[in-house]
Amino acid sequence: MVCCIGRLTWSPATGRAPQDRATLTGSVITAAPSADADAYIPAMALTCTDILTQTPQGLCCPIGGFHIDPVRPVERALITHGHSDHARAGHGAVLATRETLAIMAERYGEGFAGSAEAARLGEERRIGEVTVRFVPAGHVLGSAQIVIEAGGCRIVVSGDYKREPDPTCLAFELVPCDVFITEATFGLPVFRHPEARSEVQKLLESVALFPERAHLVGVYALGKAQRVMALIREAGYDRPIYLHGALERLTELYKSEGVDLGETPKATGARKSELGGAIVLAPPSATQDLWSRRLPDPVTAFASGWMRVRARARQKGVELPLVISDHADWEDLCRTIAETGAGEVWVTHGQEDALVHWCRTQGLEARPLHMLGYGDEEEGDLGASSRPEHPPDAESRDRGEADPAEDSLEGA
Amino acid sequence: MNRFTALLDRLAYEPRRNAKLRLMADYFAHTPDPERGWALAAMTGVLSFRYAKPGLIRGLAEERMDPTLFYLSWDYVGDLSETVALMWPAAPSSSPLAGEVARPQAGSEGGRGAELEIDATASSTPAPPTRLGLRPSPPSPPGGGEYAPGIGHNTPPPHVPTLSEVVHGLSTASKSDLPALVAGWLDVLDETARWALLKLITGELRIGVSARLAKTAVANLGDIPPDEVEHIWHGLEPPYEELFAWVERRGPRPESRDPAPFRPPMLSHPLEEEDLAKLDAAHFMAEWKWDGIRLQAVCGRRPDGRLVRRIYSRTGEDVSRAFPDLVEALEFEGALDGELLILREDRVQSFNVLQQRLNRRSVTPKLVAEYPAHLRVYDILAEGEEDLRALPLVERRRRLEGLVAQLANPRIDLSPLVPFSSWDELAAARRDPAAAGAGEDAAAIEGCMVKRADSSYVPGRPKGLWFKWKRDPHLVDAVLMYAARGSGKRSSFYSDYTFGVWRGGEEGEELVPVGKAYFGFTDEELQRLDRYVRNHTMNRFGPVREVEYGKDKGLVLEVAFEGLQRSSRHKSGVAMRFPRVHRIRWDKPPREADRIEALERILARGEAEVYPLKEQAKGAAS
Ligand SMILES: [Zn+2]
Ligand SMILES: [Zn+2]
Repeated sequence: MVCCIGRLTWSPATGRAPQDRATLTGSVITAAPSADADAYIPAMALTCTDILTQTPQGLCCPIGGFHIDPVRPVERALITHGHSDHARAGHGAVLATRETLAIMAERYGEGFAGSAEAARLGEERRIGEVTVRFVPAGHVLGSAQIVIEAGGCRIVVSGDYKREPDPTCLAFELVPCDVFITEATFGLPVFRHPEARSEVQKLLESVALFPERAHLVGVYALGKAQRVMALIREAGYDRPIYLHGALERLTELYKSEGVDLGETPKATGARKSELGGAIVLAPPSATQDLWSRRLPDPVTAFASGWMRVRARARQKGVELPLVISDHADWEDLCRTIAETGAGEVWVTHGQEDALVHWCRTQGLEARPLHMLGYGDEEEGDLGASSRPEHPPDAESRDRGEADPAEDSLEGA
Repeated sequence: MNRFTALLDRLAYEPRRNAKLRLMADYFAHTPDPERGWALAAMTGVLSFRYAKPGLIRGLAEERMDPTLFYLSWDYVGDLSETVALMWPAAPSSSPLAGEVARPQAGSEGGRGAELEIDATASSTPAPPTRLGLRPSPPSPPGGGEYAPGIGHNTPPPHVPTLSEVVHGLSTASKSDLPALVAGWLDVLDETARWALLKLITGELRIGVSARLAKTAVANLGDIPPDEVEHIWHGLEPPYEELFAWVERRGPRPESRDPAPFRPPMLSHPLEEEDLAKLDAAHFMAEWKWDGIRLQAVCGRRPDGRLVRRIYSRTGEDVSRAFPDLVEALEFEGALDGELLILREDRVQSFNVLQQRLNRRSVTPKLVAEYPAHLRVYDILAEGEEDLRALPLVERRRRLEGLVAQLANPRIDLSPLVPFSSWDELAAARRDPAAAGAGEDAAAIEGCMVKRADSSYVPGRPKGLWFKWKRDPHLVDAVLMYAARGSGKRSSFYSDYTFGVWRGGEEGEELVPVGKAYFGFTDEELQRLDRYVRNHTMNRFGPVREVEYGKDKGLVLEVAFEGLQRSSRHKSGVAMRFPRVHRIRWDKPPREADRIEALERILARGEAEVYPLKEQAKGAAS
């Protein structure tokens, strides 16, 4: 069986015993928690903490024998989506949606795990003592929530999610549950994402206002890049959208999955004159670096939920902030929690304190998990005020700055 | 309000001056009176409201939001206005779309300005401020975490106030009505407009637009020289309808009714030694170039006979309030051009001392006594009603001498002429002002002003008339230690350089940072420096790179600077004025760079004036 270190390791800050929660969620309390998880076989009903616990590897289901989005190699991993902080290489067996597996293979190579199995959305499967189901999360292509049920208790691990429609992935599906496990990347009331369409409109208006300048849009390589392109296409823009080399392969993958993104030539191959008035997409780190010098007088834009905070945008030298996020904003976090009907909420990463506070004002049990290792890819990197300039990952930073040898590194 | 908001939003992120001008000119051209006039007033810093202050905003925030969430958010965002603007609980949508989830109208940028804006033509039926203020605001869930379906389906869409209405409301509402009025607006505005409104209230637009730039944008509307706008500016009042009519050639040039208007100053060109050969010394006059702040002192009588006295900065800001002691001394009618200095016992104090007065926010009697403001004049632009600017400098000088003598006030004196008959003689005076008549004031002199004797007073920077011949800067050889990315156009270059000099540390010789320079080099040099930084990086700290340095490795920069100041904020204990890269010493080994002692010596020369003060301050405190 997979190792889970002891039983539940709650953050000491919350200081409550698991039994309290169990009562609140309506589950029947069984025997006092045993120190030995393996020896403890539930007879009738389970508490939620018997089903899911927290370990240094990440969330662990001891009675199912698996981890979810583990940050260190484990025997058996269920992966919610392809962002590199959630989907890491080196696990024994991986269960994820077919698209997520394809993204992992694209990023890490075919041998990213000992074995891989595709989970079909909505299909229930028995793993150990629990039933598991993957349900769309609306975050990026292939992203899923993982629903775990055992002994009359249903837990939803939502991974990363958003409620706003996204032409590049399936919409979030609401699953009523007892315990809802949520992220809180944008877990402060200052984060309210405007409609992504209106942000893209802003970009296109700027292109019209400065027809001689290139518009360089910083986007994360997985999800954001393709969503922004799809929205630009929806708005009727049909000229080529030029890409930094680091965005190419995942964009090809999206296209091969049937997402229509139009013509997306390589920016490095284009003449400077051709790029005047063009839209160019690049990873955030490249927008401020040597790479951007090939562009004629670029307007620097950045598509991210963080762009809502002016100081953030200015820190990054952004002239045209586009508030487009693949994460739920404050209102959607609150709304989703309420709609699941969960009596208990666990907050994995992001601005946990504010969201936990809000849950408690609503009479819900809530705990911050303070999980480490998440938020290193895409938007998480800008989240901590202490390291606003931290690039998404070393890989893309080096790619961005590697000019003029950028081409040689694009495959990374 | 929406259009104005969109403009501010765009300006706040636009680093390029010309693009800022374009955005503003576009706004002025497409926005009707009086909206654009109020916008101009806001951008030139003319607006200020008696009761609308930051405390009001905080009060509203605490009332309408969950305090825990508010403070967590404020802590995260760092700016009060922005925090409140972002998290103000959206009033439930009352549009026909309601029934679905009430989404905030935040950033409905697409057609922002078009749909909801009610422009001046509709101002015949503006909602009275009180009605807006009393608009019932429904109870909102804590922190705006709002997901209840909209209430009030059948109410008409809320009236988005125009900028004119906002300005009117803020100026006229009573202190007790103001919170409800502002809250009512916050309820109907989108988040960017809320930000703009709150910035308007706190008086800190921070959009990187100077009053001068805004006026230039207005002038550009009608291809009028910006100085023309400047000239009539102080006679105008918001919303500046006459001004716009004039620049759009629909009306006459507004008369400057201000009895004490600002007149755009005449500026000089730097003098290079090689220029001297082409110039005839006999045609020129010279004065000392004082290391102070250039001011314009203007007085004139109102129709009722009262004397209006004003002090303007070089850019035309009215700074009278900062210098009540000097304003008192302005007992004349006319306009004088001169330098603000601090004099103690008839001795001009260094710029360091002047800065200590400028740095204080409130002007207390104690400050005025310790740092008495003094005006040393060198030109006269008008006397009584008479405009003297067309007269030759020699003639103006005669008039100036007459007026200063008549004034007989020790606060205002004449900047003396530096006599010379050849350029060599002037060069000698510039090298050693003390010996050339400046005596003990020499430390506050930063060179000579050289002016054609027949020059009229021409606003702007006309060629060939006035020159500044600055004293040579101090130079120091320092070692490059850190480099940071620049901003705007330079954001892809490591263009900000922190440099250090040697000092004896606990573990032997070490480099201590003494300053930061980000100009002085050519574009090619920048490219080369940038490449150097990238190829010699030892550590990265976000946007900053630490480069390789030591006795035998590293890059020496010859840094030029104007002066030094003691500073407790800097590790080295000194701060430089106007440091810039003078030369890049690719050839020089770092071990031969300067030591901190070299700076200490420069400091010692100019320090006598600073130290007694510090002692005084200590004495007063204890
Ligand atoms: Zn993610
Ligand atoms: Zn995440």
